[in-house]
Amino acid sequence: MSVSLTIIFSLCVLVGAVGGAAVLTWFERRLLGIWQDRYGPNRLGPFGVLQVLADMLKLLTKHDWTPPFADRVVFVVAPTAIVVAMMMAFAVVPFSDSLYIIDLNIGLLFFLGMSSLAVYSVLLGGLASNNKYALLGGLRSAAQMVSYEVFMGLSLMGVVMLTGSFSLRDIVLAQEDGWYCFPQVLGLYVFLIAGIAESHRLPFDLPEAEHELTAGFHTEYSGMKFTMFMLGEYLGLILISAMITTLFFGGWLGPDWAPGVFWFGLKTFIFICFFILLRAAIPRPRYDQLMSLGWKYMLPLTLINLLLTGAIALSLQGGGNV
Amino acid sequence: MFDSLISQFRSLWSVLQHSFSAAETVQYPEQKPYLAPRYRGRIVLTNDPDGDERCVACNLCAVACPVDCIALQQGVREDGRWYPEFFRINFSRCILCGMCEEACPTNAIQLTPDFEMCEYDRQNMVYEKEHLQIEGTGKYHDYNFYRVCGLKITGKDKGDARNEAPPVDVKTLLP
Repeated sequence: MSVSLTIIFSLCVLVGAVGGAAVLTWFERRLLGIWQDRYGPNRLGPFGVLQVLADMLKLLTKHDWTPPFADRVVFVVAPTAIVVAMMMAFAVVPFSDSLYIIDLNIGLLFFLGMSSLAVYSVLLGGLASNNKYALLGGLRSAAQMVSYEVFMGLSLMGVVMLTGSFSLRDIVLAQEDGWYCFPQVLGLYVFLIAGIAESHRLPFDLPEAEHELTAGFHTEYSGMKFTMFMLGEYLGLILISAMITTLFFGGWLGPDWAPGVFWFGLKTFIFICFFILLRAAIPRPRYDQLMSLGWKYMLPLTLINLLLTGAIALSLQGGGNV
Repeated sequence: MFDSLISQFRSLWSVLQHSFSAAETVQYPEQKPYLAPRYRGRIVLTNDPDGDERCVACNLCAVACPVDCIALQQGVREDGRWYPEFFRINFSRCILCGMCEEACPTNAIQLTPDFEMCEYDRQNMVYEKEHLQIEGTGKYHDYNFYRVCGLKITGKDKGDARNEAPPVDVKTLLP
C-alpha cells in the first residue's frame, strides 16, 4: 500500500475502533440484559442504540474535575496512555489478506509490548490520584499484570514455534491447513484467561472491583478522562478478541463466498460476545485466588504446552538443529 | 481445580440458555403492572351505599397516622351527625402505611391502587376534601356504619326498636 493509502486506512481503523468501542458500551449492556432476563437500555432510538450518543453527551458535558491533592501532570497523562497503547496495537492486526496497516516482522512482540504499556495507565492513574482506593487498585493492577504478562507471552510461543515467525500475517497464512485452536488448545485457553486479565474485564477486574474499592484506580476520574479509561478498556476487549481470532482461529481465513474482512469481523464479534458472556456468568475471584491461579496453574500449564509443542514440532521435523 | 473448572463451564452454559428466555421486565409507563385492590396507594374518602359521606370526623385516622399528615375539622349537621368541615392530607408526608384505613370505624378513608401522584410543586401534594372525596363506596360496597351500629333517635335508644338487637358491649370483645 502507498503511504497516503496507509494513512487513510489507519484513520479508518482509528475511527472504526473508537466507534466500535462506543457502540460496544451499549451492546454489552443489551447483551447482559438478555442473559439476565431483562432488556437493558432500549429507550433511545431503534433498540436503544442512540443510548451511546446520550452517554457520550453526558460524559462530555460532565465536570472534568482534577482533585487538588492529585499529581496534576500524571493525572492528566495517565488516561491517554491506555488509549494510545491500545490504538498502537491495532496497527499490527491483519484485518484481511491485503488489509493491514503494517506487517511488522515482530508484530506479535509489538502487540505484547503495547498491551503491557497499557498497564502504566492504570498504575499511574492509581498513583497520581493520591487516594487510598485508587492506590490499592493500581497496586492490584500492577501485580496482576506482572503475573499474567509472563504466561500471556509464553502461551503464544507455541504459535510462534509452529509458524516460525512473529509476523501476524505469517501466522494467519500458516493456519490455512488448520487453525491453531486445536494443536494449541492449551495455549488458547491460557491466552484467553490472560487476555481477560490483561484488559481487566469482569471476572478479573480486580483493579476496579467496585464493591471493594469503589472504582479502584479511576475513583477520582470523571468526565473526559474517565471516558478515556472506559474507551481503553473496550478497545482492549476488541483487541484481545481480534488477537485470539488472528492467532488461534485463522484470522481472515474462511469460505470464499465472503471477503476476508467479514470472516475476521465475525470471529472477533463472536469472541467479544464470549467475553461479555464471561462477565455475565462468572463471579470475580478473590485477589489471592487470582494470584494463585496465575502462578500455580496457568504458568505450569503454559510451560507444559511449550514443552509439548516444542517436542512434537521437533520430532515432526525429524530432530533438526534448533 | 478440575471440579471448579467444570462448574465454571456449567454456569456459562446455564447463563447462555437465558438467551432464549423472555425478559421479566414490565415496561412500566406503557405496560402497567396489575395491582391488587387492597394495594396501598393514594387515599380517598368514600360515600356509603345511600350516597351520604361516610366520614364522621372522629379523628381516629389523624390519631393513628404515624407521620401526622392528616388534618381535619369536625362539624355538626342540624340532625346532630358529625362531618368533616375540612379534610386535608399532606401526601408529601404520607407514607401510605394504611393505619388510617385500619383505624376508620366507618370505612370512609380507604387506600387505592393508584400511586402516580408526582407533582412539580410540593404545595400540590396537599389534597383537600374535594380532591379526596369520591362518589362511590370504594372497596366496601354494602357497608353502612349506622346500619351496623344502630342509631339513637329521640325516644329510642340503640337496640330498643322492635327488630333490633341490643348493642354489643365492646368491653367483652377485648382479647
